[in-house]
Amino acid sequence: MKDVIDLKSPANILTIIVVGLCAVVPFLAPALGEPFYVIVFARIMVWAIAAVSLNLIMGYGGMISFGHAVYLGIGAYAIGILAFHGVTSAWIQWPVAIGACAVISLIFGAISLRTRGVYFIMITLALAQMLFFLSVSAERYGSDDGLNILARSDFGVSFFSLEDNMTMYYTIFAFLLASVFVSWKLVHSRFGVVMRAAKSNETRVQAVGVSTYRYRLTAFVIAGVMCGIAGLLQANLERFVSPDMMNWPRSGELIFMVVLGGMSTLFGPVTGAFVFLMLSEILSTWTIHWHIIFGPFLVLIVLFARGGIAGLLTPRASRE
Amino acid sequence: MRKSFGGLTATDNLSLEATRGEIHAVIGPNGAGKTTLVHLLSGLLKPDAGEIMFEGRDITRLSAPARVNQGLARSFQITSIFREFTVLENVMLSVQAGQGHSFRFWRPAAKDESLRAPARELLERVGLGGRMDVKAGNLAHGEQRQLEIAISLATGPSFLLLDEPMAGMGLEESQVMIDFLKALKGDYTMLLIEHDMDAVFALADRITVLVYGRAIATGTPDEIRNDASVRAAYLGDEASGGTV
Repeated sequence: MKDVIDLKSPANILTIIVVGLCAVVPFLAPALGEPFYVIVFARIMVWAIAAVSLNLIMGYGGMISFGHAVYLGIGAYAIGILAFHGVTSAWIQWPVAIGACAVISLIFGAISLRTRGVYFIMITLALAQMLFFLSVSAERYGSDDGLNILARSDFGVSFFSLEDNMTMYYTIFAFLLASVFVSWKLVHSRFGVVMRAAKSNETRVQAVGVSTYRYRLTAFVIAGVMCGIAGLLQANLERFVSPDMMNWPRSGELIFMVVLGGMSTLFGPVTGAFVFLMLSEILSTWTIHWHIIFGPFLVLIVLFARGGIAGLLTPRASRE
Repeated sequence: MRKSFGGLTATDNLSLEATRGEIHAVIGPNGAGKTTLVHLLSGLLKPDAGEIMFEGRDITRLSAPARVNQGLARSFQITSIFREFTVLENVMLSVQAGQGHSFRFWRPAAKDESLRAPARELLERVGLGGRMDVKAGNLAHGEQRQLEIAISLATGPSFLLLDEPMAGMGLEESQVMIDFLKALKGDYTMLLIEHDMDAVFALADRITVLVYGRAIATGTPDEIRNDASVRAAYLGDEASGGTV
């Protein structure tokens, strides 16, 4: 793993463009007469945070969770349900949302991490769908139709209000940068070394005296919490939560974003989320049958660009 | 000790004792239960009956990682290294494991001198000093086998379980490995599972011959070479020192 980041490599230039766009879109889009793109970018960034969190366990830890979107749902529903009962203070909402994700991911992780391979994929999927059906059956909270959130999380201070769309946008932006920074620190720490080593050769890690289970479980919980933060941001952004947010296709899309952008690369999930969502946005304005183009495109990327977009843009010689 | 897989008894009332500082070799034809023995001792498998004592403690029920922390390290028959890591990183992980838990989330491990220094020192000692920054997957086969043992050594063991360290090696590479293990002799107690008879007779203080999970003989290399039942069961005419 290289410590020096080459700013001139094409993959990094793409990263800089994407992150730079995210930074200026609230000013750029209205100036270009396309204010609609502000919300599009805010959505992309929320998904990017979720994708970064999935990459942490999938890309660096080898744990292919097919139920990762459930934490988006838990984070979002924590906000929605509390708001429904009149609790709008962020100081209560956010800790509850994060705590709920930590507890659920701890339980789900403790169960699913006893298995490997396809079984792990199926169990994470099954556990996530359990909560999906729970949310569908929760009539009080809107069932299928979802739940409207009348007011965004209230920090109780005058200078910082999420009701201001600009504040909302840059809060998400800040969390996106933070999630990448935290991933970067984690991956290179002693903890991250164990995580990556366990992905590479788990038996060997055990044979040098490390019980991998505790480390994998910790990583699973960290990723769950990080994804939960994306969920609580999404609920605030959209002022709406629905079971669809945690249905299994969302988990599949998250996996796709990570693979598309480049697994086990720091910014890969961000560019992956960007390309995935922008492309579906643009294609869907051309034709209602946009999936016919989108599907094969994704298949081609997976087949021919191993390492995703980051891999495609990295010169062969410098690939590790 | 006894271990069965369904109707197959892989380890049958086997009793083995290794003396501190000695190299104890275990030989036997394919299917004799040599690798099962390594798995039982290292904790990947649990025996159906019997016990494993290590430095006066009963470790029969300990997990594989817990045994390593007691000082019992192993190498693998099929090279088991971190292929995507550099040689130095491979050994650094092992050093890290020996320093207690790894729930340290922030400081970069790669620059940690308390990991780098011991790893570097060990690699110099085993003759991989010039290869530290090479990716482990790009090493030659013989070097990978050496790295495999270096990883085990970095856990700070007193006992080394070596599962066919010469596997897949040519004559020259084998000789390098024999010299390498000779240099370690005395510092570690070793249980050497090996097919290469040259290596076994060059290194071992005592040899146990395993056939169908039973120890049919134990003794010094000379005693084993002259043991009639061993010749009949296993060594054949190559007992004079050829490679089986």
